[in-house]
Amino acid sequence: MTLRAENISLHLSGFDLLRNVSMQVEPGMVTAIVGPNGAGKSSLLRVLTGELAATKGDVTLNRHDLNHWPVEQKAQMLAVLPQHSLLNFPFTANEVVGLGRIPHQTGTLKDAEIVAQALTLVDAEYLQKRYYTQMSGGEKQRVQLARVLAQIWLPCETGDQFLVLDEPTAAFDLAHQQLTLDIVRQLAARGVGVVMVLHDLNLAARCADNLVVFDGGLVAAQGAPEQVLTEQLIDQVFGVKAMIARHPLTNKPLVIT
Amino acid sequence: MRRVSSLWLFAALVILLPVIALFSMTVGTVSISIAEAFGAAVAAVLPGSEIAGQTQVILFDIRLPRILLAVLVGAVLASTGAVMQGLFRNPLADPSLIGVSGGASVGASLMIVLAGGAVESGMLMGLSLVAAGAFVGGFAATLLVYRLATSGIGTSVTTMLLAGIAIGALAGALNSLLSYFADNDMLRQISLWQMGNLSAASWAKVSIMGLVALILLVRFPRDSRALNALLLGESEARHLGIDVQRVKRRLIVLTALGVGVSVALAGMVGFVGLVIPHVVRLLIGPDHRWLVPCSALAGAILLVVADSLARVVVLPAELPTGILTALLGAPFFIALLLQQRREV
Repeated sequence: MTLRAENISLHLSGFDLLRNVSMQVEPGMVTAIVGPNGAGKSSLLRVLTGELAATKGDVTLNRHDLNHWPVEQKAQMLAVLPQHSLLNFPFTANEVVGLGRIPHQTGTLKDAEIVAQALTLVDAEYLQKRYYTQMSGGEKQRVQLARVLAQIWLPCETGDQFLVLDEPTAAFDLAHQQLTLDIVRQLAARGVGVVMVLHDLNLAARCADNLVVFDGGLVAAQGAPEQVLTEQLIDQVFGVKAMIARHPLTNKPLVIT
Repeated sequence: MRRVSSLWLFAALVILLPVIALFSMTVGTVSISIAEAFGAAVAAVLPGSEIAGQTQVILFDIRLPRILLAVLVGAVLASTGAVMQGLFRNPLADPSLIGVSGGASVGASLMIVLAGGAVESGMLMGLSLVAAGAFVGGFAATLLVYRLATSGIGTSVTTMLLAGIAIGALAGALNSLLSYFADNDMLRQISLWQMGNLSAASWAKVSIMGLVALILLVRFPRDSRALNALLLGESEARHLGIDVQRVKRRLIVLTALGVGVSVALAGMVGFVGLVIPHVVRLLIGPDHRWLVPCSALAGAILLVVADSLARVVVLPAELPTGILTALLGAPFFIALLLQQRREV
């Protein structure tokens, strides 16, 4: 079962934001979406998560139309981490992560245990009782990451689970970028389908099983990073002359500019 | 600021409210001792006992309905304030932002000017005309604000805030216009009404207000987790399985009902809906599962205290309650803001 976009087009206020986009997120796989600014990456995420209705085409989650799922069941299967957070109320980190348990009825004790584990996983256990409003940008984003992890912490009986991340590493230092990608791989190993927008091609190449390159609302290329990332494509899409080398240890493509 | 335990605050407020209410029974133009008030309360429950007729009238026909109305209006204003602040994700929002207070005051002024004679005679008819005008005005303004902010893709909270400000300004202008055409008596009534007054409490008003308060306090807790999720943002709340549009509509209708009826029965009692939830949030944090009930209790206490003071500060006359809530609330609020500023 999958999270699938079929032939999606999106017109908003006279602009073609997406044109005939098809892609799918498989459970147990990591899909990375890359592309220049304004290419339609975030629009695609918003259509994939049901926030925007596509002008044409269908989005299906585990074989059913995304919007036909009851909201609570959908929330048990699909967790979404936005790029920015509006939260400006002094919740503690524990309380923010606890919000991720709203769609589930697992009881207060189990929820508290999951919240503590999720915070530990993102290296934020020291923030437990601190106020969200007093945290740094990177700390806030880690707490939000823990929140969406808590939302899909336990497997769901209804269907496969998916995690959608919009530039999850943007606010992070090197160590926490690495940590995020490790967490993403662990989730995939557990059977969760992950789709994320990334700007760093090397991070994307290292972490993703499937790379989708976006340009001007169209999919310019998609497939395994080794096949997709070519010097010609990077020139064509980003207008940057680059060399592709191989990482000496992982043998993944390495974009050198 | 360090938080206090939610349960502790809730328990303290639950104990404090009846104590303050009982104490308030003793306060007024005629002083009645706590022992007498307590004795009368016991006597009223136990059949067959006799107490002095005048004391009984003062306690049970004048003071008790007034105190109960204060409790109910305070609880409704403060809990709707907490809910609106959550819904608008703005700790300084207030039920008046959705236009309900402005609309209600126009409705009431209109009735005072149109039905001037009937109101002046102090007849029940006249008073209920003002109340009905306030309620209809408040509801209509809320509906208008809500409609302005709702498009095909849902209700925009930002547009709603702006629409509320616009409707508030329009209501202010209409009010001034009505005041301009009103004669002296009407003018006095309009301004007295706008100051908020609980002195006309009756058992009929208490039962209407009690019904509304009951509806609100039963419905609000069901949406408290949704409100917590909404603080993250609307799309985040949707991704957490909250039917945002329905929750919003439900909470706005309940707030318009609660505030509309409060304003209709007690006039414009300001500050309770703004200050109380804010103070309670500073004490226990923004979790609506505790914030809403604690705000309701604290609002009830504030209004009972303010109303007790209103009865005695200018003996033998009385002050309108709304003046007292603002006089008590504003300095407290400023002190809290100053303390918060020092700590950041």
